[in-house]
Amino acid sequence: MILINQVIQGILLGGYYALIACGLSFMFSVMRIINLAHGSLAILAAYALYVLADRFDVSPFLGLLIVVPAMALIGWALQRSVLERSARSGLLVPVLSTFGLAIIIDNLLFQQFGADTRSLAPYVGDLSYDSWEITDDIAIGKLAALTMATAIFLLGGIQLFLKQTQLGRVIRATAEDADTVGLVGVNARRVNAFAAAIAMATVAISGALLAMRATFDPYAGAQQLIFAFEATVIGGAGSLWGTLIGGVVLGVAQSLGAAVSPQGFFIAGHLAFFGALFARLFFGDLGPRLRRAFAQRAT
Amino acid sequence: MSAKSAVEVERWTRESRLALVVAALAAAVLAVGPSLFDANVVDRLTTLFVYVILAVTWNALVGYCGLVSIGQQAFFGLGAYVAVRLADFGLSVYPSLFVAALIVGVLSLPLSAIMLRLKGGEFAIGMWVASELAHLLVNLDTLVNGETGTSLIALNAYSADARRALTYWCALGATAGLLTIVFFLLRSPLGAAIQAIRDDEEAAESVGVRVERAKRFIFVLAAFGAALAGALWVATAITFQPKTYFSPQWTAYMIFMALVGGLGTFEGAILGAVAFFAIEAWFGAAGVWYLVGLGATALVFALALPRGVWGWVEDRTALRLLPIGYRVNFNEAGSAKRGGATKSAAPDAP
Amino acid sequence: MTLLSVERLEARHGLLHAVRGVSFAVEKGETIALVGANGAGKTTLLRTIAGAHRLSGGRIVFKGVDISPRSPHARAAMGIALAPEGRRLFTRMTVEENLLLARSARRDGPWTLDAVMAAFPNLKARRRSLAGALSGGEQQATAIGRALMTNPEIILLDEVSLGLAPLVVDRVYAQLQALKASGVAIVLVEQDLKRAMAFASRAICMLEGAVAIEGPTGALTREDVTQAYFGLRRSAEHGARA
Repeated sequence: MILINQVIQGILLGGYYALIACGLSFMFSVMRIINLAHGSLAILAAYALYVLADRFDVSPFLGLLIVVPAMALIGWALQRSVLERSARSGLLVPVLSTFGLAIIIDNLLFQQFGADTRSLAPYVGDLSYDSWEITDDIAIGKLAALTMATAIFLLGGIQLFLKQTQLGRVIRATAEDADTVGLVGVNARRVNAFAAAIAMATVAISGALLAMRATFDPYAGAQQLIFAFEATVIGGAGSLWGTLIGGVVLGVAQSLGAAVSPQGFFIAGHLAFFGALFARLFFGDLGPRLRRAFAQRAT
Repeated sequence: MSAKSAVEVERWTRESRLALVVAALAAAVLAVGPSLFDANVVDRLTTLFVYVILAVTWNALVGYCGLVSIGQQAFFGLGAYVAVRLADFGLSVYPSLFVAALIVGVLSLPLSAIMLRLKGGEFAIGMWVASELAHLLVNLDTLVNGETGTSLIALNAYSADARRALTYWCALGATAGLLTIVFFLLRSPLGAAIQAIRDDEEAAESVGVRVERAKRFIFVLAAFGAALAGALWVATAITFQPKTYFSPQWTAYMIFMALVGGLGTFEGAILGAVAFFAIEAWFGAAGVWYLVGLGATALVFALALPRGVWGWVEDRTALRLLPIGYRVNFNEAGSAKRGGATKSAAPDAP
Repeated sequence: MTLLSVERLEARHGLLHAVRGVSFAVEKGETIALVGANGAGKTTLLRTIAGAHRLSGGRIVFKGVDISPRSPHARAAMGIALAPEGRRLFTRMTVEENLLLARSARRDGPWTLDAVMAAFPNLKARRRSLAGALSGGEQQATAIGRALMTNPEIILLDEVSLGLAPLVVDRVYAQLQALKASGVAIVLVEQDLKRAMAFASRAICMLEGAVAIEGPTGALTREDVTQAYFGLRRSAEHGARA
């Protein structure tokens, strides 16, 4: 029974990973940029919410109403100033520039807030530790469930947006061929900026939910980036639902590893990452291949 | 029939021959460093040598071969760890530094079989994940004792002066050796091969370049270099705390050095190491602002001057001090006129 | 007023001078055939007019406005459409989605989704198929349809018949005739000289980036154009054997 509980906790944790990976994966598939400042930006959002809660008594959920648009704006600005120029020069420059950006954000946060860990948990009342007791051994945390629900909602929402709306179509087309898209009247620069804004909005939400569940410090961004990246790769980069699967696999692996030892949490996660890589290298892109087989049968 | 051909291809220029002489002289002076300079300077120079090793090998991996890795701290940490372990095992301290680097180099070979299958950004961050995993596994060793770390106790057998001098000479020797090896490697067909791989892997393969072999070689070389640097670092610092050695901060330093100095230029890597060393000496005490400055500089250079300072110099002048490529000189009416195309490394593929 | 005026246009690919001092004008509703050997600069010329390639000299005047500094999407919004070489469809999107994209140009006109479907009946059945799964003729139709959906005043067609079977090309040209009748100016690049001369009212032949010969298709003989195409005219003028 305890094992089942571990698995369930892992699945719920996967919801968070899917959420934070969502923005990273979205930005990569649309703009071909790997944003190494991704985790740091989530922590930035967490600190912003913390300041609002600590100094202005604004509940984090209300605070999101300010922080999400603010982060979206930051995403827009980032794209126009840094990411756009980086993307033009091949792979190397975006990696270097976003790495530099991450260092700047991390250290400025440290400068402002010091090394103490913070958390949003005190500001959300019972939510951070309340749970539904299913059985003696199994409990489902309310915050964890909320996170998973948010992840599914956002992933599904973005998927729908991409498929059904004109702007979604435009984003997809720009992702596939940014040059040709101009010929049909699409302003590729503006589209990419918008996509970056969407990605940052999800980052803000991820940061909020992370901070409610756990503690964070100025240098926590790196760890979040790695988790987001692992979830993306395990799920197969390029599919939003794959990101959910990736997140869940990562969460479950970590949960099971934690049962062995505290370091087991991290080790198991990294091993799951490499395991997924191995599997992909030797068994090909099973997910996309299956999906393609389905699609072909449908036409 | 004209006596002199219209086009001349040269590798060494007047300035570069001069540079070689200067370098040889500098090496000679540095070799007697411990007796010439005071203790502080010797320590600092040792640090500089480690930075040069890191910069040059990272540059070979990323700038010349195009394999962007932000996880080289894995080998830095492993080099230090294996050195500590070997010394604990009973091997003499200073040889164990080099043996450790060799062992890590060998270990990196199977790792390369997996990691090199990744492309682009996945490879970059994948190496970081590998570094995290290495960090975690090293922590499990009871000798290391988690984040508490341990020390290279065997160094206590030497007096402070002897230790300083020996470490200095090892670092100097390692630097000189690696610089020479990498320099001639880059000038060899392998050097041309990896630059071709960087620019267009498929095209390189189609002209007969053994892509996998070349990449693996550079991967192992870079691992060896980083491991040697790590081993030398633990010899100077004496303590080994995994968190310090496996920190992504080291990658930040490598990025800074190569980017500012000149990605894909040999002189640039050395220049970057010297620049970083100087900046750290002056601003290191500024703590957080120093790091912010590093990040900001890297960001600005990445966007505005990706070929770094030396790349800028190379683009604007005919100055080549340690040439990797070839120069074409056009002779008109019998007199040699400098000019023409230089096959120099451009780090960014369109 | 002349619809499109290209004045001493220059365009490069790095150091290569792809378009050298090309000048010509297109009137409303005119059809122009742009011919020339591979590498003559036709594609670069069309791309530069559409804004996909930056010009390095000269200027482009469209409806009296100098559009040289304008971006491709701005030019599309003004009424210039390009069906590019290689079609460049969005292969991961359906035919319908490819066509609907063109709404981004925000231009009203006769070309709606239904109108395009009516003009290219072979697309009706493939409406929801992925563009990457289409046959050559269907892809060409989609590319032209996508350009039409922006309701342009001038449409630039690059390599209309490339890679298509003759029967399929016949069908495409039949569709183009209908287009001609609707009053849209057309500049098309065509390797098949006979078709080109039959379809268009004027012909421009390019050689090594410059205009070798141009004139009404009625006045030019095939012989004239062929000579200009291969550069024989020029060497004949210089008195040396080609």
